[in-house]
Order: sequence, then C-alpha cells, then structure tokens
Amino acid sequence: MATIIDITEEKELEVKNFEFTYAGADAPSIKTLNMPIAKNSITALIGPSGCGKTTLLRAFNRMHDLYPGNKYNGEILFKNRNILADREDLIKLRIQIGMIFQKPTAFPMSIFDNVAYGMRLQGIKNKTELQDRVEKALKDAAIFKEVKERLKHDANGLSGGQQQRLCIARAIAVEPEVLLFDEPTSALDPISTAGIEELIVELKEKVSIVIVTHNMQQAARVSDYTGFMYLGELIEFGRTEDIFVTPKERLTEEYITGKFG
Amino acid sequence: MTHTQKRIIINKIVMTLSTLSALIGIGFLFWILAILIFNGMDALSWTIFSQEGAPPGYEESGLKHALIGQLMIVGVATLFGVPLGILAGTYLSEYGQKSHLAETIRDISDIMMSAPSIVIGAFVYAIVVTPMGHFSGWAGSIALIIILLPIILRTTDDMLQLVPSTLREAAFALGAPKYKVIMQVVYRGAKAGILTGILLGVARVAGETAPLLFTSFNDNFLSTDMTDPMASLTVTMYNYATSPYEDWQKIGWAAAFILSMFILSLNIIGRLLLFKKKGR
Amino acid sequence: MSVIIDKIFSFATKYIAIAILFLVAWIFTVLFQHSLDAMEAFGFDFITETKWAPNLEKFGALPAIYGSIVSTFLAMLLAVPLAIGVAIFLSELAPAKLKSPVGVSIELLAAIPSVIYGMWGLFYFVPIVRDVFGGIGISMLTAGIVLSIMILPFMAAVTRDAMNTTPDILKESAYALGGTKWDIIKDIVIPYAKAGIIGSFILALGRAIGETMAVTFVMGNVHQISTNLTAPATSIPVTLANEFTEADTSLYYSSLFELSLILLVISFTIISIAKFYFLRNKRLAS
Repeated sequence: MATIIDITEEKELEVKNFEFTYAGADAPSIKTLNMPIAKNSITALIGPSGCGKTTLLRAFNRMHDLYPGNKYNGEILFKNRNILADREDLIKLRIQIGMIFQKPTAFPMSIFDNVAYGMRLQGIKNKTELQDRVEKALKDAAIFKEVKERLKHDANGLSGGQQQRLCIARAIAVEPEVLLFDEPTSALDPISTAGIEELIVELKEKVSIVIVTHNMQQAARVSDYTGFMYLGELIEFGRTEDIFVTPKERLTEEYITGKFG
Repeated sequence: MTHTQKRIIINKIVMTLSTLSALIGIGFLFWILAILIFNGMDALSWTIFSQEGAPPGYEESGLKHALIGQLMIVGVATLFGVPLGILAGTYLSEYGQKSHLAETIRDISDIMMSAPSIVIGAFVYAIVVTPMGHFSGWAGSIALIIILLPIILRTTDDMLQLVPSTLREAAFALGAPKYKVIMQVVYRGAKAGILTGILLGVARVAGETAPLLFTSFNDNFLSTDMTDPMASLTVTMYNYATSPYEDWQKIGWAAAFILSMFILSLNIIGRLLLFKKKGR
Repeated sequence: MSVIIDKIFSFATKYIAIAILFLVAWIFTVLFQHSLDAMEAFGFDFITETKWAPNLEKFGALPAIYGSIVSTFLAMLLAVPLAIGVAIFLSELAPAKLKSPVGVSIELLAAIPSVIYGMWGLFYFVPIVRDVFGGIGISMLTAGIVLSIMILPFMAAVTRDAMNTTPDILKESAYALGGTKWDIIKDIVIPYAKAGIIGSFILALGRAIGETMAVTFVMGNVHQISTNLTAPATSIPVTLANEFTEADTSLYYSSLFELSLILLVISFTIISIAKFYFLRNKRLAS
C-alpha cells in the first residue's frame, strides 16, 4: 500500500489513475499512479533507476508523443483539463510546461538566439521586446553577467554549468507555469550543481517545479514535496522533511538509508 | 491566424512536400529496379549462359564470353588489389597511426575513391595499352586494381582501428612479435569488417565500365588470354544497348540484370556479415 | 627469425602504402606528359576554344567543359531538394517500420552501377523527354535528369546519416519549447548537421562531374554550346568515352589526355574542398 498525503496548497497539476505503456511493451511502465503537484513549490521524484520517475516527468509535457506507439491511460489535470486527451494542443502545452534535460542542450546558434528561440516560435519579432525579455531571462537564470559581452557568440562555447543555466533561461523566457527538470545536474561538477540548485529554489516563486533526481541529498535540499517511486509505482508521497525523516513505508526508508538503489 | 497556427500549417505543408519528394525519389529508384528485373527476367535464358556473342539476328547469341571475361578481369583485380590494399591499410592502422604520412595517405585515398574512373582508364591506356600496342584483359584488371586499392585500404584501416587496443596489448604482453599480433589477433578481430569491405569494394569495381572502355576494350567471342582484348559484362552491355539491334539490346538487359544481381548480392552479404558481427 | 619477419612485414606494409602516393603522382605526371602536344599546340586557348573538329585537327575543350558544368548543375538542382526531402522523410517522418527497409533499399540503389542508370535513361527516359520537352530526347536536359537520379541515393543516404547525428535530447528540448517538426528540422537538425550535409553535396557534385556511363548514353556527344537544354551536348567524360578509341592522330590523342587531366584536376579540387573544408574528421562514405 502506498502512502500519499493530500496537500494544502493549490494544485498546479494532478495525476489521476495514470498509467503509461511504452511502444511494444506488454506491461505498463507506470501503474495506476495518483499524485498532486503543488503550485509554486518544488516536487522531487526519487527512486532507483528504472522506477519510472523520468517516464512520469515526460508525460507532463507529452514528450512521449514524439515516439509513436506510446500509450497513456488515466488523467493529468492542468487548468481543469486533462492534458492527456487526444485533442490537447501539444504546442501550447509545451509552452506552458517547460523542460530542462539531463545534459545541457545548447542549440547550434548564438547565446541570444538560444534564449530568443521559444519567443520567436511564438511569433515575437519586435527587436526591443526580444532584447528585453532575453536579458530578463538571462538575469533570472543568474547568467546575464557572465554572457552579456558575448550574446552573439556561439552558445556551445559556454561551460557545462553555464549552458545549463542558458537552457533554464531559454525555458523561462517563454514564461511557462510549470518547469520540469530531468536530472538537471547529472552532467555537472559540484560547484555548478550548487548554483543550479540555488537557482531552482529561486524560480519557484514564479513557476511550479517538478524535478527528477537520482541524488537524494539534492531532493532533500531543494524540494518541498517528494515522491518516492519504485517499479512503476508511487510508494510514498509527502512533505520532503517527512519523507526523509519519518518515512511511513518500509521501502522508502530502505531506499533513503541506502539499503538499495 | 495566430503565429502558432501559421507554424502548424507550414509544418504540414513542408512535411507533405518532404513525403512527396521521398515518394518521387523512391518511385524513380524502384522504377529502375522494376525495369531491370522485368527486362532482365524476360531476356534471361539458358543460351545467355551457354553461348558466346553472335552477330545481330542470330538465335544462338549469349553472354558466356562476357561473363567469363568479367570474372577474369575482376578476379585478377581482386587477387592483386585486395592483399595490397589490406597490407597498406595495415600500415595505416598499426604502424603509421596518426602520423603525418599516414594521414596524408588516408586523405589521398579518400579523394581517389571519388575520383573519375574514366581518368584511370586514360592513365592505364597510356602506361599499358600504348606500350603493348593493343588492348588487353590485363590493362582492364590494372585499371580496376587502381580503383580497388584505396577502397580496401581505407576499410581495412577503419576496421583494424575498431579492434580494441587492450587486445593488442594483451598479445604483446605474452611476448608476441608485432607481425604475429597483427596476423593472429588484430586481423582475426576485424575479420568480418575486412570481409565486408572486400565484398563492397569488389562490388564497386565489378560495376565499372568507363575504365574498361579503352583498356580491356571488348571482344564478341570467348577469350581467356589476358593479353588480348577481353569482353566484360559492362562494356558488352554498353555496346549492345547502344546498338540499333533489338536482340542485342535484349541481351544487354540480361547483362544488366546479371551484373546487378551479382553486385546487390555482394552488398547484401556484406551487410549481413557486419550485422551479424554487431549482433553478437 | 621473427625479428627479421617483423622488419620485412613492417617494411612491406609501409612501402605499399607509400606507393599509393606515388601512384597518384604518377597518374598526374602521365596525364600531363601526354597532354604536352595539345598544350603546345593550343596553349590556354584549349579551354576557351569552342570548336572541336578532329578532321581539321582543331581541338577546343569549352563545349565539353560547358556540358560538364551545366549537366552537373542541372543534376544538383534536381537532386538536392529531392535528397533533402528523402533524408527528412527517412530521419524524421517515416514510421519505424518503413525507416529501415526504405533506407536500406536506397543504400542498395546507390550500389547499382551507373551504366545501368544510363541504360534506363536511354530506353525509358529519352522518349519521355522527347515527348514532353521536344527535340530528339538525347540532350543536356536528359543527361542532367539521369545524373540527378543516379546521385540521389548516395546524397539521400549521406544526408540522412548527417541528420541522424543530431542528438535526440537536442531535438527534444526544441520540442519542449513548443516547436513543430519543421521548426526542429530547420532550426536544430539542419544547422547541427550543416557541415556534413554541405560536404556530402559537394562530394556528390565531385562524383557527378566525373560520371561517365550515366550520361554517355543520353547526351549525344555533340561538341556545341547551346542554351537550348533539349539539344544534344557533350561533357568531358562523354567525349573521352566516345572518342578515346578513335583518336588517330597524336594531337587528337593528346587533346583527349588534356581533357582527362582537366577533369582530374576539377574533381580533385571539388572532392578536396568537400573533404578538407566540410568533412574533416569524418570518413567519406564509400
């Protein structure tokens, strides 16, 4: 039996009886999962590799739709609508729910164009508006000072940590309501990691955040809520301090004390 | 219309165009394949294999001379080109490695692989046909060796480099001399890859026509003397197809079919070899 | 004993490899030496003279050079958009079930000898060009079309391979910003694979300009410079293929060698540009 608490805050997203099956697989990778995502807070998903945490994360912006044959069941509610519905406008959804990946993904273009990319997709052509919003996004991502002299340079010249912050700037430039982080620091050194974590905590004032991490300390440091997943099921969901200090489930306790994983 | 709607429409248009161009491109290619199979099967008969060339209008007209000529010219080219290519490739991967000399040889070979083959024919004409005073099967083989050499050299080089260096080190650690390490360990590790390279290389030169036009030239009758002009499937195909005689044209299609099947089989076997290797 | 074998083995492999360099140098030298008569007789005029009249001992290469350039240009004009379309289809659009069979067939078609493309062109495409565009069907246009079909599989396969090098995660991040497939292709995939794509196009150009058999059947070998694309024409390889065995005077023979040399220099230059400028550190697909 799973222990899933209800939250007091307003819900940004709500996962209801969610099931996910990869193309060609017989059994679902995620089985009947229920979970709320609180507004303006950070929810961490932890669990051993293969537990389905990334699979769940990629359902929030329907990334799975890029590969044919994947199947969703159940509902994910966002703004009172089920985003898993067939008629969902994926382009609009992905503008509202942004994503940061496990490796920095600077596009083959200049730093400025990287950040402006999402806005340009939406048809914003006004130079001053683009300039203002790029600058603001870079400032919000705490990288403006480092790159302001070389906005026209190729983004691939930046360090890994800088590139990841650039990707965050790019994601927040389109003013999403939710940001999904898929192990955002797994390719970074400890100093860059600390910087990114600090930034994530600051960002929750503006957006709701879901972060998948393989690093339990990271989940404990940054998140307000934590969900522990195991073999495609949500074993326990609760306030982060409860999960790490007084877990209700034996599996959760074993995982966070390092007995497996 | 919002910008996003516009993007979605543009996306649909471009994707349709892309699918359409894929259909056109693939359609053309399958058209050629269909024609080849249809005309080839239509022209194939036992006489094609049992009879030599004959003047137009004769029933008993076949490709025996061209098939044997082709096998000899390509066979001799393979016999010389493959070992030489493998040895040269061995130098690049095992001795030269990243040296300036090795890199230069790689670059020049890469360029040679795409160089016009008719020019090789002209070169061989000058150094073999002119001194001998006449066309010959040897001249044809030499032209093909020159084309085959860089192909074998580069695939051997690439395939040997894929053999993990720990394997070499382990053999050296047992006190084996370098040539033994190469022959017994490295070659063995790269066997499937090198074999695939050989098959694809031979398939490539087997389809060459231009360098044979004025080296091995042609002969409408069976000859197994490499010092004489010699028929090949490709040149025979060219001569017959451009002739005004329908029965010759038909035999030309048979030649095209046989040659294509031979080349496609080599390609498919080569791929399967590599695929099996990867699967393991 | 094994020390001696070791020495012999390393010595043999090394000198065979070096022999390749000498071979290439030898090819250039021989072509040059055999061109000397023509070079002395015509000098630089050889490449600007428009008249090629063996009976008058007058040899000008311009019609052949013009034909090589125009037919190759036509071929590229047709093949580039088609190749990009096929590559996009294969790398981004085709359902998984189609990707591999269609991709492999395209690669196999790239292995079919050019003489067969030429034969197809002669019997099946010449009549179509004659009916649709007029003329006798044997023409510059036909040569360009047949050439484009011949280089299409190679170009499409290499372009697809270049596009496939784009990391999935990069494409996903652009989708995550709300991009459409075409947005991702034009903003991410093509810029990422740009060098490889351009390089393979130039490489295909280098091969096309030296291609003999695909065009010999359908070009006509007429030494004239005509802006009418439906008129017969010639190119350097077509001239060589048709006339090499007919050269009866030393000047004729030498002129053909000068043509070969010009062709080799042009191809070497184009292929080198592709290789050194765009495909550095990448192996040329064979």
